[in-house]
Amino acid sequence: MTTVHGTAQPFRLAAGGLIDRTQLLSFTFDGRRLTGHAGDTLAAALLANGIHLVGRSFKLHRPRGVVSAGPEEPNALVELRTGARREPNTRATTAALFDGLAAASQNRWPSLRFDAMAVNGLFAPLFAAGFYYKTFMWPAAFWERVYEKLIRRAAGLGRAAEAPDPDHYEKAHLHCDVLIIGAGPAGLMAARAAARAGARTVLIEEDERLGGRALAEAMEIDGMPAARWVEAVEAELAAAPRCRILRRTAAYGLFDHGTVGAVERVADHLPEPPAHLPRQRAWRIVARRIVVAAGAIERPIVFAGNDRPGVMLAGAVRAYVHRYAVRPGRRAVVFTAGDDGWRTVSALAAADVDVVAVVDPRPDIPPALRAEAARAQAQVITGTVVGTVGRHRLAAVDWRDARGEVTRMQADLLAVSGGWNPSIHLACHLGARPRWDEAARGFLLDTPPAGVTLAGAAAGRGTLAAALADGLAAGVAAARDCGFSPVPADPPRAEDEPRDGIALFHVPGHGKAFVDLQNDVTADDIALAHREGYRSVEHLKRYTTLGMATDQGKTASVPGIAIMAELTGRGIEGTGTTTFRPPWTPVAIGALAGPHRGRDFRPTRRTPTHAWAAAHGASFVEVGPWLRAQWYTRRGETRWQETVAREVRAVREAVGVCDVSTLGKIEVVGPDAATFLDFVYANTISTLRAGRIRYGLMLREDGFVLDDGTVARLAEDRFFITTTTANAGRVMQHLEHAHQVLRPELDLAMLSVTDAWAQLSIAGPRSRELLAALLDPGTDIADGALPHMAATSGSVGGVPVRLYRLSFSGERAYEIGIPPDYGTALMERIMQVGERFGVTPYGTEALGVLRIEKGHPAGGELNGHTTAGDLGLARLVSTRKECIGGHMAKRPALADPDRPALVGLKPRDGRSDIRAGSHLLSPGAAETSDNGEGYVTSACVSPTLGHPIALALLRRGPARIGETVRVYDALRGGDTLAEVCAPVFVDPEGGRTRG
Amino acid sequence: MRIPCPCCGARGNEEFTYLGPAGLTRPAPDASEDAWHAYMHERENPAGMHRELWWHGQGCRAWIVVTRDVRTHRIEHAALARDPEAAR
Ligand SMILES: [Zn+2]
Repeated sequence: MTTVHGTAQPFRLAAGGLIDRTQLLSFTFDGRRLTGHAGDTLAAALLANGIHLVGRSFKLHRPRGVVSAGPEEPNALVELRTGARREPNTRATTAALFDGLAAASQNRWPSLRFDAMAVNGLFAPLFAAGFYYKTFMWPAAFWERVYEKLIRRAAGLGRAAEAPDPDHYEKAHLHCDVLIIGAGPAGLMAARAAARAGARTVLIEEDERLGGRALAEAMEIDGMPAARWVEAVEAELAAAPRCRILRRTAAYGLFDHGTVGAVERVADHLPEPPAHLPRQRAWRIVARRIVVAAGAIERPIVFAGNDRPGVMLAGAVRAYVHRYAVRPGRRAVVFTAGDDGWRTVSALAAADVDVVAVVDPRPDIPPALRAEAARAQAQVITGTVVGTVGRHRLAAVDWRDARGEVTRMQADLLAVSGGWNPSIHLACHLGARPRWDEAARGFLLDTPPAGVTLAGAAAGRGTLAAALADGLAAGVAAARDCGFSPVPADPPRAEDEPRDGIALFHVPGHGKAFVDLQNDVTADDIALAHREGYRSVEHLKRYTTLGMATDQGKTASVPGIAIMAELTGRGIEGTGTTTFRPPWTPVAIGALAGPHRGRDFRPTRRTPTHAWAAAHGASFVEVGPWLRAQWYTRRGETRWQETVAREVRAVREAVGVCDVSTLGKIEVVGPDAATFLDFVYANTISTLRAGRIRYGLMLREDGFVLDDGTVARLAEDRFFITTTTANAGRVMQHLEHAHQVLRPELDLAMLSVTDAWAQLSIAGPRSRELLAALLDPGTDIADGALPHMAATSGSVGGVPVRLYRLSFSGERAYEIGIPPDYGTALMERIMQVGERFGVTPYGTEALGVLRIEKGHPAGGELNGHTTAGDLGLARLVSTRKECIGGHMAKRPALADPDRPALVGLKPRDGRSDIRAGSHLLSPGAAETSDNGEGYVTSACVSPTLGHPIALALLRRGPARIGETVRVYDALRGGDTLAEVCAPVFVDPEGGRTRG
Repeated sequence: MRIPCPCCGARGNEEFTYLGPAGLTRPAPDASEDAWHAYMHERENPAGMHRELWWHGQGCRAWIVVTRDVRTHRIEHAALARDPEAAR
């Protein structure tokens, strides 16, 4: 805490309020050093220092001040903090003050008091309704280069931080019987009733303090000041074993089946979060019953000059006086269309503010209210406010009385009350439509979604005694619905304050009368939208941007609708509201992302030999969710191509070892396993003998290739199948569907065993020698016992292993499966015993080169657009059995011999690179897409052949071996001629594989 | 949404993958083109109750037939797809 002496906070009342006067907090606003107290919001502290001008408006750069005392604030948006924690568009009315807070105004240049862009006000017609659609229509190219920059400079909303957010965020789940949203008198009663009944109760409150309007009004409950009553209930709830209170937690959305999204601002009120706490926490709360006790938001009245700093909502004025002990001005006028606003008179008088007049259009004011005005020596004017005067702060108010005479009176505060809008929004998120209620002068929701109840002011029952009784009833009903037996209780003693009034939304007059303060939408803009035919509320909203700012029209929406209703003569009920959608309150993307950002965006899967690879020079590459070794650089190698070529040659000439654990692995077990595999693979599996392996090709039901892999039959009723790394999850889902939905009668079970095996491939002419040295004695790996495409088992160092003889590289090769904890040990043992055979670890890049040299289809070819025929695998598709995709694969378009099919390409000049993605054209044909004949799917430089090679899908490709095609790459400037050849470049007879 | 998985109880819909309508009968291999066309492409789009397939991939991996009112998201029934009763 900083100690500040002198005349700080000249507008702080000497006594009262719920602030902690023993804690003096120092903060800055636009660099100016100021002080406030613990318990203040930034807005309260600014007002205590006599600062009303806090920002410039979005489009017109008009001076703006604090309008409200809560989350509905449209005007007082500021930047908080500096550097990486700088946060724009923060509502000063909800930002808790802390020692050292640095706040700054927005949308002003060079300074808040002198703003160069205020000339926008002179060009106001440019920013009228629909200006985005009309002003900048031509020429289109100007949009990006000129208009957008111009508008962004002129019409902005703060600056985001430029450095990454240094804080962390959390996501959390909560389940309960009864969730109460809002801790005003109604919410507290509901929570107390539910908690007393024994229900698991959660009470969430956006404010740091429970109490809602009870903190803002001078009222009594059960004979004590309302704030004391709140403390007593809070103490009871805090002690209740099954009740949880979440403060600083705003519900932003109501979703299906009792799910509520809420954000807890865990550390927004601290300079920076302590190390063990997140900045914010996104809650997903699932409740059996929900009580929406979100209160109501006071409605402004639209009149000329209603945006000047010093024009505030009457209820907010009372909140600043009662809760924050702030004197919000020296001379005040109260402008109200109902009894409620009159309460401001005595509040102001008690705060030593001269109340000049109460302006109320109603001719018959109750005597009790008149008496209150008389006590405060305030004139009572039957009339309306028609204008304001002042530059950076309200200086005078113009009112027109019943005789039509306009009077100008000096005042620096104008408290406005147009009635209260029940906060029904959350309850409307599932599509319920509200109804305009003339008696309540607000939109009410008669049919909330199942399990949701509105209570208190949110239900249009906002007077104190009514809200308490309503909350109690809602809490009792919710607990009873959950099977609890609430004990009957009477609501606490309280009075209902007078709430009569008339619906007054707009006072016609001269000068700008703002409806949406944040988006600078005026009553004239609505009239313009009306003239131009944008009369439905949804059109009005989009044409004028009314209610589309960060405050989502919390104060602007209803007056805007009322003005349009007046223009069309359809009435408010006939006009209706726009649809309320989440989020009800702004939610930081960081809170929704939670911990899932940067490296933690998703889990990284590492292979069993990852650490070993990292220690042996590996570079890693993302393959699906995995990190795999891409190559192992050796000392002296300067280009990765050099490394990859060495690794490829090692496999072709001696032996290499590669971690292939990332392949999807599934065990299929049961008496019907073979029948099932015949159904899901295009080729026949059931004829496979135990101990043998077969290539398997899976189709989608539409006939295109889904994936390929190998099928090893370990026993009559047990198969071990592999998928490609990228498709592992998808194939598992596909197989579960095929079994559970299409063939539930088949008796089998499936299990993903991808993580249950470290699998290392040993490939190359010396692989058998290495394997023989590696295995414990007793396993016969002679070609007679373990030929190509056979499987067996053995052990290494006493650890059981599975052996599969299969090859992706075209060389003699074996895959060894071992429990994953032994993966590194196996790799080390292979390197040790393999040293004399020249064993070399190789990565995915060499693996890719080896398979291109052998013409094996992989990711580039298994791209979802290819058929078995396209890949040269037509002979595999069995016509003697039923399989998924078998029927649709016969469709004429899929069997068209003109389809692009797999071929190899070699550059005619023997050296030009061919890049994957290049288009294929007939030599001499123009480079148009109509002339396209196919494309390159995979390409590399073959170390074995010493020149570039590629795989491609070429129209009628297999019939065009020997022809020349043009390989055209407009994006990267490639253009070369290539010879069409068979896709198998190395050992087409397969002799090397079989050994 | 919360989906009542017969194995796991009510779980958030983010644990599930949606596929499409349940109860389609896969035609015999030698069925007519029309039958295959209908199976592959023709889908009802009712404004009301809909029987649909969800996969509890982040849970028990069961395929579930969910009967849901697509206007309100009210779920009337959920059963395992492999349960013959679900195919009613
Ligand atoms: Zn489940």
